[in-house]
Amino acid sequence: MSAVAVEGVWKFYGDYPALRDIRLAAEKGSCTALIGRNGAGKTTLLRIIAGFSRPGRGKIQIFGKGPRESGARREVGFLGHGIAVYDELSALENLMLFGRLYGLADPKRAALGWLEQTGLERVKDSLVREFSRGMRQRLAVARAFLHEPTVLLLDEPFTALDDRAIAVLQRLLREALMQGKTILMSTHQLKEALELASHVTLLNRGKVAFDGPCTPEMSADPGLVYARYGEV
Amino acid sequence: MREKIMYILGAAAILLLVRDIHLIAGFPPEASQGYIFKIIFFHVPAAITGMIAAAAALVASALYLMTRNLKYDAAAVAVTEVGLAFLGINLVTGSIWGRVIWGIWWTWDARLTSALICWLLYASYLMLRHAIEEPTQRATFSAVYSIFAFIDVPIVFFSIKWWRTQHPQPVFWGGGSFPHDWSMVMLWNLIAFVMLAIVMTAVRLRQEETQRELDSLRRMAHAF
Amino acid sequence: MAFLRRVLVITAKDLRAELRTKEAINASLAFALVILLLFSFAFDPSEQTTRAISGGLLWIVFAFAGTLILNRSFARELQNDCLDALIASPVSGAELFLGKALANYALVLAVELISLPVFGIFYNVRWTRQFWGLMLVLVLATWGLTVIGTIFSALTVNIRLREVMLPMLTYPILVPALMSAMQLTTILIAGQPIEGDSTAWLRMLVAFDVVYTAATVVLVETVLVG
Repeated sequence: MSAVAVEGVWKFYGDYPALRDIRLAAEKGSCTALIGRNGAGKTTLLRIIAGFSRPGRGKIQIFGKGPRESGARREVGFLGHGIAVYDELSALENLMLFGRLYGLADPKRAALGWLEQTGLERVKDSLVREFSRGMRQRLAVARAFLHEPTVLLLDEPFTALDDRAIAVLQRLLREALMQGKTILMSTHQLKEALELASHVTLLNRGKVAFDGPCTPEMSADPGLVYARYGEV
Repeated sequence: MREKIMYILGAAAILLLVRDIHLIAGFPPEASQGYIFKIIFFHVPAAITGMIAAAAALVASALYLMTRNLKYDAAAVAVTEVGLAFLGINLVTGSIWGRVIWGIWWTWDARLTSALICWLLYASYLMLRHAIEEPTQRATFSAVYSIFAFIDVPIVFFSIKWWRTQHPQPVFWGGGSFPHDWSMVMLWNLIAFVMLAIVMTAVRLRQEETQRELDSLRRMAHAF
Repeated sequence: MAFLRRVLVITAKDLRAELRTKEAINASLAFALVILLLFSFAFDPSEQTTRAISGGLLWIVFAFAGTLILNRSFARELQNDCLDALIASPVSGAELFLGKALANYALVLAVELISLPVFGIFYNVRWTRQFWGLMLVLVLATWGLTVIGTIFSALTVNIRLREVMLPMLTYPILVPALMSAMQLTTILIAGQPIEGDSTAWLRMLVAFDVVYTAATVVLVETVLVG
């Protein structure tokens, strides 16, 4: 059973198909880089996999479950454009909130653990409002990893991150892969992404233009996939 | 085919209306109210047509939520707009009648108030549609609102009935002064109104579908 | 049990965030006071006239001031895309909705409970003669206001003219609830108990609350994820 199976998914805005018959399968322990131009449908696809919006046709399965089933949602960690933590709450309160929502046995311990992992334990009681940009991003990373998801959905994770946050994220993603977790990330930063990726999927105008393993020559020349399959 | 049926239906509705107006013009003035009484032949069918439209809007909205087929969303907006127009006719004719008989344009009587609130509910539906750009989201949200609005209609009717009643009670079929053949004319007029509403809805539906097509073409043009 | 716990986690989160900034509640309170003040110019604020229209006056104040709180409810989630994180978590739409509705309920009730004595002082009206009856009406009608306001707050959060759309959509639907509350409040502030015909209004409030709570719980998932 695939960790994430996308089966003939269409998404319509009115009559306009933003996604057309997308078929993907991400196996357990794989890391798929979802690439493509702006407006190709990367974010739309990730949001549908994460269960934020419903596909017009087709279905998504996460370990065989629908994306809105709570069993599937416990498996998924999502890191999007927004940091998705509350400015008015402290770092610890934010993580404890999500820990409780995910039904963790000991939300406080999990929260403290992740604050330490992301280097935020010193400021755990400060409000997020007072955080610097980099600290906010690291907290967002901690929030996404808090409930030990086995499927990580990352939408442009390296964009807008500062160096330290990128380092934290890359270390966590490597560890996750070693633990057999599954990663799906959309990205423009081909270089950072292809270092990790085992698979590459290129979306073009809402369709899968290329889907295959990430070869050494792709990693060496990140423009290659675009050049070969992109601008048809 | 659909177009032909609509032309025939529309022509039939207009012929029927002309016939009814001719008949109604021939009726003698009513004993206590005089000529203004005849407005009821339009007032009541407009109200009933409006209510049928509201029910149709509910059905279309529910069908949209179940099937996610934008066809039903187009039907919902078309029928709501037409229903709103007929409710408007109902309110205006009622107001004119009230001016002549009660000497006032408006009074906060139970049915008047209920009709006005229904009109407002469905006008809000159209406002909501205008505020949402993305067609699929617009369809979903307005279907939800339509359902909420329809649930409200009976609650509004009951609550306002308790609040006050001043409206003349229905007068057909055994309700006193209304002769049988007048009731028949009323019925025929209702049929004409409903036919007219169907034709208007069909025209509006066509517009809505064309609009959707245009929107998607525009999106496509922007995307590439 | 787990259902209730998640609902309360959301409620606690909303209340804590709101009480830290006090954005919505301060605006709402200030607004309530301003309307209360403005009403004194609209009519001769003698005790008798005030009593006669007290229900209408108070509920207009409550509905207007409440809208400010309800408008913020989902708007708060927009910042940093927090709504995404909530939807991504295993919390169901109904839990999320009820959690937020409860937080709004507490805030709106608080504004109402502060406005009432202010009303009593400004207009020189003894409003406590049927205190518990009045509290019952407050509790029932405010729940209706909150349920409708919260679901439409979710509906309007992403659309143009959010602040204008919310009252436009909610007030027509709220007519039965507000009307019942106004009738009952006027009776109670006049010092009469709810009995005889006026119990119909109480039943109306209960029915409104039940029907719309059920409808929102069913439809909220559709509003949140399409």
